[in-house]
This record gives sequence, structure tokens and C-alpha cells, in this order.
Amino acid sequence: MALCVELGDEISVETNTRVRALEFLIQQKGLTGVVETVPSFRSLLVYYDPAQVGYEALCASLATLVEQASTATLPPSRVVEIPCCYAPDLGLDLEAAAERLQMTTDELVRAHSGAEYLVYFVGFTPGLPYMAGVPARIQLPRLTTPRVKVPPGSVGLGGAQFCIYSVESPGGYWLLGRTPLRLYDPEAADPTLLRAGDRVRMRPIPRAEYDVIAARVAARTYRPVIA
Amino acid sequence: MIRFTEPGPQTTVQDLGRPGHLREGIPPSGPMDVRAFVAANRLVGNPDGAAGLESTVLGPRFSVERACAIAVTGAEAPVTVNDAPAPQWATVALKPGDAVRIGAAKAGVRIYVAFSGGLDVPAVLGSRATYLRGRLGGVEGRALRRGDALALLPSAGAPPLRRLAAAEIPALEPEPEIRVVLGPQADRFTDEGLHAFLSSPYEMLPQSDRMGARLTGPRIAHRNGHDIISDGIALGAIQVPGDGQPIVLLVDRQSTGGYTKVATVGSFDIGRVGQVKPGQRVRFRAVEVAEAHRLRQQFERSLAQVAGGGVPT
Repeated sequence: MALCVELGDEISVETNTRVRALEFLIQQKGLTGVVETVPSFRSLLVYYDPAQVGYEALCASLATLVEQASTATLPPSRVVEIPCCYAPDLGLDLEAAAERLQMTTDELVRAHSGAEYLVYFVGFTPGLPYMAGVPARIQLPRLTTPRVKVPPGSVGLGGAQFCIYSVESPGGYWLLGRTPLRLYDPEAADPTLLRAGDRVRMRPIPRAEYDVIAARVAARTYRPVIA
Repeated sequence: MIRFTEPGPQTTVQDLGRPGHLREGIPPSGPMDVRAFVAANRLVGNPDGAAGLESTVLGPRFSVERACAIAVTGAEAPVTVNDAPAPQWATVALKPGDAVRIGAAKAGVRIYVAFSGGLDVPAVLGSRATYLRGRLGGVEGRALRRGDALALLPSAGAPPLRRLAAAEIPALEPEPEIRVVLGPQADRFTDEGLHAFLSSPYEMLPQSDRMGARLTGPRIAHRNGHDIISDGIALGAIQVPGDGQPIVLLVDRQSTGGYTKVATVGSFDIGRVGQVKPGQRVRFRAVEVAEAHRLRQQFERSLAQVAGGGVPT
């Protein structure tokens, strides 16, 4: 059984922060009968065991926690560094995006890698982060025709959102580059790299370093930089 | 070892699943028809969550190197041991060298095979269940292939030979009625659309899988648009994209999505959805939350008692 707690009707850092604060409070209080929670932009899906808690009782305790859910209750974010090679053969739309934005590719890379991003939530496919924080001057509407296959690790822009594809999938975002890190690795002890609430910083790397890190990732000797 | 000569088109290792990772985008997986899966394990003396097989439509052919017991449940399919017919929903004792063949489902879709001791594949994130799209769990995250050989974990000894009473074997109805709770976005549909959803039959499409059951029938029309801000997708959530056709999201579902959800199938009826063949039709009936809780309790009581109850773990 599951119920959905909606905390707003828009995509914003404020609303999403309350969603994550509510999830954190549920974990802290060890709310009886809650089996699993799934945060998204503006709501928290709460799976529960009706043998342990009734629907009305759960709604009542959640209503109390919703009132307490504010930014002050969240623990500090992790900061995760994502190395990214912004090269036209890996970022298939880098040149087209720069042209559309009327800037050079260097300016676009500086703008994109200079910002800090917040992971709203991870979902849809394993390990896929939905992120906020795209500077207004590099926001672009999604591609008119989505690609059938986007390689994993591709770094994409779509409107005010930014994502890194975790598995090969179709996609409609502008691809600016690629990270050698695996956001989803089914053979790793912890298969997903990012979590809701993480802060993400992009570090531009040359092609040679991309290849070196990719080889270390494949050999399982690379440790992501997480502060 | 269990040696697979023909695994069937989609046979995967499953246990009771991998809860707790939807917030990382990893679905629970596990059997589509939990009751049939648990019954099979109990018939071979296993704990309910021991790893067994789920086959879609066509069962596997395999031979065993050592004596063990199996039970075949779920969809109705012919079972033979060394070409002699063997019963479903019963403990079947096997000798070294015995060859088992499980044919095509005559009724239902998902066939379960439990082995005494349970299949010995590595647990990933606490579970042996296979999640095919994520290449996670089971045998290298994939369906079984011809030539695969799987070991069994030690069992408590030969289980008694039992057979489920006819009353305990679920009927595979020609047009099952599936109970749903309306929402969370039922208000995004027109009255005519909701009426169609609750009064018309919907036919199962062949492109259905463990992620979602795709159905076709009278259009479930939206009031204004079919997109929402992406949010979490519960087990059994019925998404309706722009074409007005319902998709019931199942054990390998995406964790979040951006289409309106007209209703949610009760967890107690998920197994019944999983046994509906392409071309077969279902009807949806709305129940209140309190009724859904009561049906869930009834399902759990039935599950606790099936095949003489569980064994201590």
C-alpha cells in the first residue's frame, strides 16, 4: 500500500527541500508501518504496511511531520564532484547548443561547470539524478526530436533541468559532454552514485583524463570525490 | 547442479524482491504472482523467500544431477519428468539424472518452479531477484540461457510429498475483475473517461512485461492534458498517457513518472494481473481505501495459510 504526500504544485528548490525534509523526519522518527519512501520534485510517495498502521493514523502522523518539514531539519548535503569531458564527440549537442545560445563552446562549458547543482531526486531509471541550478543564460527547450539512444554518462540540459544519463536510454536533452563515472553500476556494492539532496559540481577534464578515469572506473580503482 | 537445456524465452531467478531502493531508482522486482511463488517454496519445504524461477508463457527444460524436490505452480502448464506427466501445485521428488520439461501455459502467463534448498545465486542488495532492465541480481542480471547450470543451497532434507487441495489452487478466470483505488489524479479525467474505465473491458496487449501491463479499450479521456510534474509510481499505479489507454505498473516499474495516474490496483490483485494473457480482457472495479485494507488482510491470511503455512526461517 502507498500514499502520496503532495507539498506543492511546482518544481522549485523550496518545495523539493520540504519533500526531502519530510522524508528525513520520517526516517528520524522511525514512523511505524512506513516501509519505503520515494521523493520526487514536489511529493513524497510513502509505502506502508496496513497490518502495522491504519490509513487515517498514518495520514495524521504525516500531517504533523509536514508542518515540521523545513530546511532547518535537513542534515548537510554531500558535495559530489563529477569529472566531465566537454568535447564534441562526447557532447553531441555541445556545438549546436552554444550556437543556439549565441556563445562559444568555451563560454558554455564555463557557465555549465561553474554552477552548483542540487539533486532534487533520483529516479525513473536506476541512479538517474534530476537536478536544479542551471544558470538562466544557458537554459534551452528540450530537443524537438528526442534521441532513441543516449549513452550512459551523457550530461544533458533540458529547460531549467540538468541530468546525467545513468543507463542507455532514449532522451530529449541537449548533450554537452560525458562523465567517465558510472551513475549506475549493477556490479558495485552500492550501485548508485547520487542521492536526493546531494550537491553536484562539474569538473571539466580533457579527453586524456577522461580515458584514464574511465579505465580506473572499469578496474574499480577509482574513488569518486565526495565531500 | 540444475542444467538448463532450454530455459524458455524469459525465465529469471526471483525471490521475494529487493525493497528499499526505489529512492535510488531501483525497483523491488520479485515474482509477479507472489501467492503462487510462495506456495511453490512451501511445497518443497523452503522458506517463503528462497530463490526460484519465474517463466513467462513457456517453462524451462532442465535436468538435475542430485536428488532434490521441485514444485511447479502459477500458470497452468504441462509438466513431465522423463516424459511421464507430473502434477502442478505438488511436491515432485527427483532422482539424479531426471529430466524435467515444463511446456507452454494453457491458462495464465507466469509459471513458478521452486527447488528444495533454493537456487544458489549471489544476493545483490540483499536479494537474489533479477531486475532485467537494470542487469541486477539473479544470474548476471539476465534471463537464463541454454547451457546455464545453477547450484542449490543445502536443504533441510527431503520434504514430504504434498499436493495442494483443489480449493487452494487459484482459478484463472477468463475475464478477471481487478480491484482499484481511484487516484491520485482521477480528477484529471472527464466523467465519461472515468465511466469508461470502470465499466468497459480492457484487453491485455502483447508488449506487456514485468515493468508494466499495457491494456487497450475505450479511451480514458483527460480533462486538460496528460502530463504531471513527475512523481513516485506505486506498485499497481495505472498510468494513462495521451492516447487514453491504461498501463498498470508492476514489480520492475520505473520509480517515478510524469503521466497522470487514474487509479492504483490493490497489491492483493497484482498476481491476478500478472496471469492475464495477451488478448484476454479484464474489468476494473473501484473500492474505497478501507475496503482495500480489508482485501489486503484477507489476501495476507490466505497467503499465510497456503500450502499448510510457512516454515520457520
